Amino acid sequence: MNRYPLWKNLFILTVVACGFYYAAPNLYAPDPALQIAGASGAQQIDERTMQRAEAALTEAGIGFFGETLQDQGKSALLRLDDREQQLRAQSVLARELGDGFIVALNLAPTTPDWLLQGGATPMKLGLDLSGGVHFKLEVDVEAATERKMAQYESAIKKRLREERIRGRVSLDGRKVVMQFRSEEDREAARREVVDLYPELFLDRIDDGENWALHAEVTEQTIKELVDYAVAQNLTTIRNRVNELGVSEPLVQRQGRNRIVVELPGIQDTAEAKRILGKVANLEFRLVAEANAPVSERQKFEYRSADRGGLTEWLERDVIITGESVSNAQAGFDQNGQPNVMISLDGEGGMMMSRATRANIKRRMGVLFIERKYRTRYELNEAGEEVVTRIPLDEKKLLTAPVIQSALGAQFQITGLDNPAEASELALMLRAGALAAPITFVEERTVGPSLGAENISLGMKSVQLGLALVVLFMVAYYRVFGVAAVLALSANLVLLVGIMSVLGATLTLPGIAGIVLTVGMAVDANVLIFARIREEINGGARPQTAIDTGFERALVTILDANITTLIVAVILYAVGTGPIKGFAVTLSVGIITSMFSAIVGTRALINLIYGGRSVKALSIGGIRSATAQQVGPSS
Amino acid sequence: MTVIPFMKWRWVAVALSAAAMLAAIASLSIKQLNWGLDFTGGTLVEVAYSESADLSAIRTVLDREGYEGAIVVSFGTDRDVLVRLPDGYSDEQGAMMVDRLRAATDMEIELRRIEFVGPQVGDELRDDGGIAMLTALGLVMLYVAFRFQIKFALGAVIALAHDVIFTLGFFSLTGLEFDLTVLAALLAVVGYSLNDTIVVSDRIRENLRIVRRSSPNEVIDISLTETLGRTLVTSLTTLLVLTALAVMGGEMIFGFAVALLVGVSVGTYSSIYVAATTLLQLGVSKEDVMIPEREGADQEGLLP
Repeated sequence: MNRYPLWKNLFILTVVACGFYYAAPNLYAPDPALQIAGASGAQQIDERTMQRAEAALTEAGIGFFGETLQDQGKSALLRLDDREQQLRAQSVLARELGDGFIVALNLAPTTPDWLLQGGATPMKLGLDLSGGVHFKLEVDVEAATERKMAQYESAIKKRLREERIRGRVSLDGRKVVMQFRSEEDREAARREVVDLYPELFLDRIDDGENWALHAEVTEQTIKELVDYAVAQNLTTIRNRVNELGVSEPLVQRQGRNRIVVELPGIQDTAEAKRILGKVANLEFRLVAEANAPVSERQKFEYRSADRGGLTEWLERDVIITGESVSNAQAGFDQNGQPNVMISLDGEGGMMMSRATRANIKRRMGVLFIERKYRTRYELNEAGEEVVTRIPLDEKKLLTAPVIQSALGAQFQITGLDNPAEASELALMLRAGALAAPITFVEERTVGPSLGAENISLGMKSVQLGLALVVLFMVAYYRVFGVAAVLALSANLVLLVGIMSVLGATLTLPGIAGIVLTVGMAVDANVLIFARIREEINGGARPQTAIDTGFERALVTILDANITTLIVAVILYAVGTGPIKGFAVTLSVGIITSMFSAIVGTRALINLIYGGRSVKALSIGGIRSATAQQVGPSS
Repeated sequence: MTVIPFMKWRWVAVALSAAAMLAAIASLSIKQLNWGLDFTGGTLVEVAYSESADLSAIRTVLDREGYEGAIVVSFGTDRDVLVRLPDGYSDEQGAMMVDRLRAATDMEIELRRIEFVGPQVGDELRDDGGIAMLTALGLVMLYVAFRFQIKFALGAVIALAHDVIFTLGFFSLTGLEFDLTVLAALLAVVGYSLNDTIVVSDRIRENLRIVRRSSPNEVIDISLTETLGRTLVTSLTTLLVLTALAVMGGEMIFGFAVALLVGVSVGTYSSIYVAATTLLQLGVSKEDVMIPEREGADQEGLLP
């Protein structure tokens, strides 16, 4: 009695072994490291750069090792001997390599090969443990809607004028209000508006002498508008975050109109914000004719790496800037070739048409303007080094297509090589006009020392809590207590293993969740042991008591844990950031603790007591000695 | 086994609980909660000075620089300083303030953390938190009503509400800061207290079915006595680890640990008295928990 078949024991052993395997990477402390990447995406890190970096570090007396190239040579990693020197090493490298490179703080995992082969990786640390910046940005829905309404109004006005329909057009909140003198005019206008913007909800309103037509945006359209604005901001922010050179950034949409940005390792929030909020702009200019005087033209380089080094001469006069671009979308033209459709606002369209009418068959260049900063190191009067950052606008050429005909508020750029190029170009063209303004609604910065302190405090509380529980359980339940403690340890290992496999992020509340799990996980065992004691005190034989105890406690354990799981899931659904971490630990903890307490402890108890005759159980709290001797002796 | 006459004392417990609830609700409506930054919005800056910091000097600097309404307190040690700015300062002010503090002293200042929360976020969190709490209570009630019976569900939910209000009242009375982690702890309290209540309810249900010729009152006493050992042991182990967390976990997790300590303690009491008393007053009986008999199986015949 009370013996598990071999397969069941093997199964438990396998599960626990897997737990150990996947939890193991967390035992290897990561190396402090620096990551070097080019300031522009495509830039390669070559041997010479690495040699310069190594020489600079050696000269500064900073120990390093394990330098490797990553991402097909697009970035390099240097591991440092001493964490204390990480910040100093960063500034040494930033200075040596100059503005063309980004040097970021990093923690390089030291997971050995035999673990990496099985896909085992350590848990990621949340910002409250690793240090870094957390931003929450909000897309201004109101402003985006207003901008869209203004666009509707001007486009409808223009169409009515073109079609010679007389009437007054004005804006009223989320409605475009049109008033006409006759019903015929109104019907004609209605047909035009339907043709132009099928998404608008139209309503005829008569107030005696006026025939009015209201065009209202639906909630659905607003929702699409917000989605579009958020998606565009996400893309833009991702590109800019990459520029910050953070090792593992997180850019994520949250809710309807929020974007969460997490930058581990970044300390300088001002710098991060400057780059996130960086304004890019565009200029459309004609390509200068060969005989134009030098005073009227300027030379620009192409931005893309494929045309690296190529230049064009553009006129000094600007036709329009990026502010006039209301939209740019990649697609395909009637021949199935990739293209980019560009929409301008009313004024921009007029300027464009005026400029292009007389210049058909000439070429028009599109300049992309980015605000960059140059770092200067100077000594002040006191002999201290002062770091200043001087802003400068970098203007580079995106494309210079031939003007095929007079252009208006809508035109397309064709002749692009592939769809990828088209969407890249569309993104760049939109960058000037962010679909909606964004504001910072939340910001949290955690210094590296606080992060490290949180880890050590968290670990200490786990250890102390575990030690107290172990002492209590063994003292109170004897041999059964030992089994419970072993199962509890297996539970911890499984918990950490599963969290690592899930790619969960460990946060401070997450550690608190682990501590809490330790305390609560013994509950299932306590329930079982209490039942076994009851059975024995009720006169049952030891083997029967074990079996009945486990069986009868099972229903209770399931009910109790499922209800707690419901609460944990709700916590996950509504919580943000660290709270989610807590909910994940709690949920995983509940599941692993049920496994280890019910199956794991049973296996151990079976190994200790199963399949032989037992006179007494070492479980503590047995009232009378006679109760234990009811069983047949041997 | 000696049955402890728990239910004999239930009116004392009801009086105690009622008094505690009244005090908690009174404090919550008069004193309210000391909402943390997560809920009020505003800016919080924690810095560590290289030597012990002079708070009044820091206050003078902040006054001079025009930071109105800044609250300066030491945090943990006398070298750690926490400055809280009310809502209304822009998101750049935190970092700028650190620069100004650095300029005003010879000591090294290390930035520990800056938190900025806009007003719109805070209101939302408070609403979401409340909704989460109500959803949790609602779903739990449904599950218990489905697995047990509606009277048990009412008992469980009243016990949970009791624990949550008690813990909230504790935070209101002591003026401890109520931040996001405390909200999480409160939901964990719901989970824990529920666990306890379910175990007790489970035993009451079982005993109602098997113990014959006993009043519900006695059955509940028997069940509570039987589960008392387990209830105390689990609470004890949980309280042990929570104490470890409160003592060792550091300032950032202290509120969380305290909320759980209070919640778990009162949860242990409520699973014994609040849930069981409610059950008794609702008139729980054998009929409520009978497993419906199968048609035709072992039925007595009744023929004309």
